Amino acid sequence: MIVAEQKSLDEMKTLIGEAHNVLVVGCGTCVTVCFAGGSREAAIVAASLRMATKLDGDAAAVSDVTVQRQCEWEYLDEIAEQIKAADVVLSLGCGIGVQAIAEHFPQTWVVPGLNTSFMGLPTEQGIWAERCAACGDCLLGRTGGICPIARCSKSLLNGPCGGSEDGHCEVNPDIPCAWQLIYDRLSSLGRLDLLLDIQPPKNWKAARDGGPRKIVREDLRLAVEEE
Amino acid sequence: MAAQPYSNGYLVGSNLERVLRAGHFAVTAELGPPQSADAEVIRKKAALLKGCCDAVNITDNQTAIVRMSSIGAGTIVVQEGLEPVIQMTCRDRNRLAIQSDLLGAYALGMRNLLCLSGDHQNFGNHPTAKNVFDMDSIQLVQMVAAMRDARVFQCGEPFKGPEPRFFVGAAAAPFADPVEFRPYRLAKKIKAGANFIQTQLIYDIPAFKTFMEKVRQMGLHEQVYILAGVGPLKSPAMARYMKDSVPGLWVPDEFIARMEAAGAPWADIPKDQLSKEDKKARADAWKQEGIRICIELIQQIREIEGVAGVHIMAIEWEEAVRPIVEGAGLLPRPSVSAPTAQEASHD
Repeated sequence: MIVAEQKSLDEMKTLIGEAHNVLVVGCGTCVTVCFAGGSREAAIVAASLRMATKLDGDAAAVSDVTVQRQCEWEYLDEIAEQIKAADVVLSLGCGIGVQAIAEHFPQTWVVPGLNTSFMGLPTEQGIWAERCAACGDCLLGRTGGICPIARCSKSLLNGPCGGSEDGHCEVNPDIPCAWQLIYDRLSSLGRLDLLLDIQPPKNWKAARDGGPRKIVREDLRLAVEEE
Repeated sequence: MAAQPYSNGYLVGSNLERVLRAGHFAVTAELGPPQSADAEVIRKKAALLKGCCDAVNITDNQTAIVRMSSIGAGTIVVQEGLEPVIQMTCRDRNRLAIQSDLLGAYALGMRNLLCLSGDHQNFGNHPTAKNVFDMDSIQLVQMVAAMRDARVFQCGEPFKGPEPRFFVGAAAAPFADPVEFRPYRLAKKIKAGANFIQTQLIYDIPAFKTFMEKVRQMGLHEQVYILAGVGPLKSPAMARYMKDSVPGLWVPDEFIARMEAAGAPWADIPKDQLSKEDKKARADAWKQEGIRICIELIQQIREIEGVAGVHIMAIEWEEAVRPIVEGAGLLPRPSVSAPTAQEASHD
């Protein structure tokens, strides 16, 4: 899932500025499950902003609404009237949600209420950790299902470097060394032979380095054209 | 791509390569460039190291702190009559920048290169920087070996003129985790094309002997020149820090105790009553003991089969190198004549 964190109330206040009609838009997918921008959080943020602006002496009218997925226009259409009526929309979606609103409502001023952090999973109650860097050329089949691009601090393909100690990365003792994890897993599965091959330099063209990415599925395009 | 030597048998013909191929126990040292544009610092450090090592490593923004570039400082070192080993990390440059810098380095007279991943920028003075890591150290070794032997850029295109020929080095950390994988990772670096290896600092001789035993079993010492990393301890605090806080560095308690003993005459004086002179005398006593320990380490390392030399890392203490090399009986440094221009041309 996409994991995000809320911005501080102060930053949200700065972002909404002098606006009077504020619409907080939550999202019912990833950011709901990471407790950053679901309907519950949208209601709390709206109430907090109402209180904060009132204390500042210029109470804003802040309402909230949550759609199932901010990253699809058909769900945004359901709240089109509310969005158009707002002076500013504070999106509690990920960065994709914010941009979906901006792209779909050219006249609307939309600002982010979250910092989109990474793609990951909850490892324990209240803890999320990064797992995928969307490099566009998945190599998990060579590393026992543990990603060195997302999880090694240096994204090494032929690790581990000399900074691995007691299972953690020298960058921070809270970071498990991805290559120690890979080593242990391949060892327990009897596949250490995979580590003897030199992995060649990565083709970063498939990653963000090749420029903004887009997928065109001709099979699906054809179906649209036939309609 | 198998390494293609010149017709005279040398890959590059650098002093370091000549000394190693002649079978001498090689000595390299480290020169840390300044955090400024001061060429004089390099000249002074070069003067301290001249004549007591076969080549001198110039670090590349070591510990991610911005310093004069390795190639820039290396150029001054060449002017001073010393042979540099350029260190190149993957942290700050992508494959374009690395290759371009190496063309320039070769044109400026550099002949040895140490390929490193590089310390993460988190450790340095620009922790908010974006890192690169387009390649890793093993891929870097492979690339520069192919630049020399296959005469191509990383993309496969041939050079439009002479290729850069470097004697290619890589690092090894015998005691970093997972320890049992370290000889195999060394083997990967050799397979990638490394000609020489400089190890992380070695203090634990029995552990290093165990590592070298595995290296010999795998026949790696016959495929690459291994230079064991050594460095003089400066104080008991430094020894403890290295033991406790630096991954892959094992410092036996015996050395910490010896460093403490060296400072014993001042141990009973309360901290606030230590005069400037006391502090200096104590620091000198520690340094003398640090140098003694380093000399002993070199003498023991020299007895280990498969070790081709030592790499002395006296960080910001280049003055220590000469007494260490002299004390270890490694002076004067050998002179192995350079290949002639004709010999150095390709067949």
